[in-house]
Amino acid sequence: MRHKTFFWFILPTATAMLLFIALPIVSVLIQSVFAPHEAVLREVENCTPLVGCTTETTIDHDATRALREAQPMGRFVGFEIFIDRGHLAFSEVAEAWSASDGLGGFADQLANLPFYRAMAFTLTFTFVVTPLVIALGLVIALAVNALHVRLKGLAIFFSLLPFIITPLIGALVLFWMIDSRGVLGSAIQWLAGDPDLSLKASTGLMWVALITYGVWHSAPFAFVIFYAGLQTLPMDQIEAAQIDGATRWQRVRYVVIPHLMPLVTFVALIQIMDNFRVFEPIVGFNASAHAQSLSWFIYNDLGGETRQLSSASASSVLTIIGVAILLSPVLVRTWRDFKKKT
Amino acid sequence: MFLRQATLAGAMLAFAGSGALACEISARVSIVGNEFPAIQTVGANAAACTGAEVATNLTADHQSINVPGMQGNPAEYTSAIIANSSIVALMNEDVIRPLDDLVAKHGQGLQQNQLITIDGKVMAVAFMANAQHLMYRKDILADLGIEPPKTYEEMLDAAETIRSKGVMQNPIGGAYAAGWNLAQEFNNMLLGYGGSHFEPGSAEPNVNSEAGVKALTMMKALSEYMTPDFLTHDSNATNAEYRAGNVALLNMWGSRAATQITADGVTEEVKQGHAIAGPMTVGGGSIPATTLWWDGWTVAKNISDAEAEATFIAMMNGIRPELMQDESVRTQAVWLIEGYEPTEDSLGVFDAAKAGAIPYPMLPYMGLMHTALGNELGDFMQGKESAEQALADVEAAYRAAAKEKGFL
Repeated sequence: MRHKTFFWFILPTATAMLLFIALPIVSVLIQSVFAPHEAVLREVENCTPLVGCTTETTIDHDATRALREAQPMGRFVGFEIFIDRGHLAFSEVAEAWSASDGLGGFADQLANLPFYRAMAFTLTFTFVVTPLVIALGLVIALAVNALHVRLKGLAIFFSLLPFIITPLIGALVLFWMIDSRGVLGSAIQWLAGDPDLSLKASTGLMWVALITYGVWHSAPFAFVIFYAGLQTLPMDQIEAAQIDGATRWQRVRYVVIPHLMPLVTFVALIQIMDNFRVFEPIVGFNASAHAQSLSWFIYNDLGGETRQLSSASASSVLTIIGVAILLSPVLVRTWRDFKKKT
Repeated sequence: MFLRQATLAGAMLAFAGSGALACEISARVSIVGNEFPAIQTVGANAAACTGAEVATNLTADHQSINVPGMQGNPAEYTSAIIANSSIVALMNEDVIRPLDDLVAKHGQGLQQNQLITIDGKVMAVAFMANAQHLMYRKDILADLGIEPPKTYEEMLDAAETIRSKGVMQNPIGGAYAAGWNLAQEFNNMLLGYGGSHFEPGSAEPNVNSEAGVKALTMMKALSEYMTPDFLTHDSNATNAEYRAGNVALLNMWGSRAATQITADGVTEEVKQGHAIAGPMTVGGGSIPATTLWWDGWTVAKNISDAEAEATFIAMMNGIRPELMQDESVRTQAVWLIEGYEPTEDSLGVFDAAKAGAIPYPMLPYMGLMHTALGNELGDFMQGKESAEQALADVEAAYRAAAKEKGFL
């Protein structure tokens, strides 16, 4: 393709990416290193129903406006918000390190800090859900592909259902099913013979529930991709393998999977990104006492009565960095393969 | 069911009709607010005004959209319906205007206690009051010869009796979902034990105190009588448990009292046995362990004076005294509107006010404290750490947030 043609071809996409991806990232970066001005407070008399008048503290608007007009960006704090207790918590980590005797005690204290607690869950979630989604997606794809033509349409539709359901709705349905009075919750109590057993009261079981939900919801995504890949299987290779006496498993292992490998990389990339930003099930399951993630922090910072934009921006930047770190091995490999081919 | 909805719709239409006669506006009105029945009524009646467009956006997510929706110039929303907790965010960002001149011009019929006055200026018009208080099953308590509890200690005793007699395994209900709800229950208990959230006159946190530890210890004791899933149950889920007859005692919002037994699927036993009472005290204190709330409306700052006037007129139509003649509206809330005669369902909220319940703190940094409490108390409630450690975590989390927002 000529350079000029390429330029006009890529221009609309590049513009959209600049506007909707690059600029917001720059804006988030800037917001994360600025914080609101020091609040100017003063005492005033408030009068409210059923109570009468009391003296309360409020913000001095004239003084605040003057501050804001002088410095509209707020006060520059550098990376202060990144290292405060709500994020990387450097000083708290250092303190925990010097105060604890062994690694166990240090880990306990680390788990008391929001960022590290969230990381423990998010990374577990990502590295359990992603391989399971890929494996389950492949199994469903192979199973559906082996079905009779007339049954395929129906099977595809039902396999896709979890993906079609809005994540929050799916999570809410499961929330009530795993309640200790719900269908699944009661079934588990009956199976374990323990009427007090509660899935939602135990951090471990809640993680299992969230991971199960993650796999249930994303497996259809992997299935669709792999199913599409299966339609391009080189039949001559399969037939050659059959003639050579390869079993069904050997055909899958040595012909089908290598053929689908680029798709596996693709699914892994997308899933790692999505799972690192796990959010809906935590809200849907009301699970924030047991499991948190960076995305949940952003939601929590912006959803409170006092919005913490700088803190949310810092969490967003940390999310971007986290995703970049997780994706780097896959990206480096893809780049190497690309270099080899050219 | 259909019949009831049809009657309700009919009643709404009748209001709309009568409202249209009196209410004429000449500029755009746009209202954002929460979505419970009383606010739906106010919104519908404000929207009945003619002459210009009245848009309403009533949603449970109102507090995350009202500030951004009023910061622009001109503001998207000309009025936000808020409570004493959420007005703080609007005050902090300076997006609402003083209403003194509009009250003088169009505010006939407002009662003095409806005017929310901050620093001598009317910043909001309140139309209803709210408080959490006791709801209980009088049939179950009477069967076991238990008096309705007046203190949380009595509530524990009652729960123990109900459990030991085998009537219910988990007789106490509580909106203890980690986050806003759990923090609110702690607020109640802290104030009940005579504690306070901040050092007097400053933004320094003060929850890691004797009262704070006692409050958490009491919450933990109560949670032993709740469903094991309590950390995931908000007030909706807790209400569902009560309505299904699984719970005999709970501290619940007064604004839900009237609709407690009208929902679909409420068992006959619950319908017959439902009763309410004032809020409970704790630890021998005299001030009830609850907070007083009001709901009211504000007018945006960044809009033209014509729009502000139209908004004020429309909102006044939404809370006009004639509405109090209608039985279905009257029972929706503890109204502060002239001509409101308290119904039985309002008893709990009035008792809270009479007993000297403290209003939810209207401080610029209270929202940050509430968020920190909601995030950090879950570990203690699960038995993963001590009360002192949990409260120290709360203070540390609050400090980080307050430093960022420039309060410390």
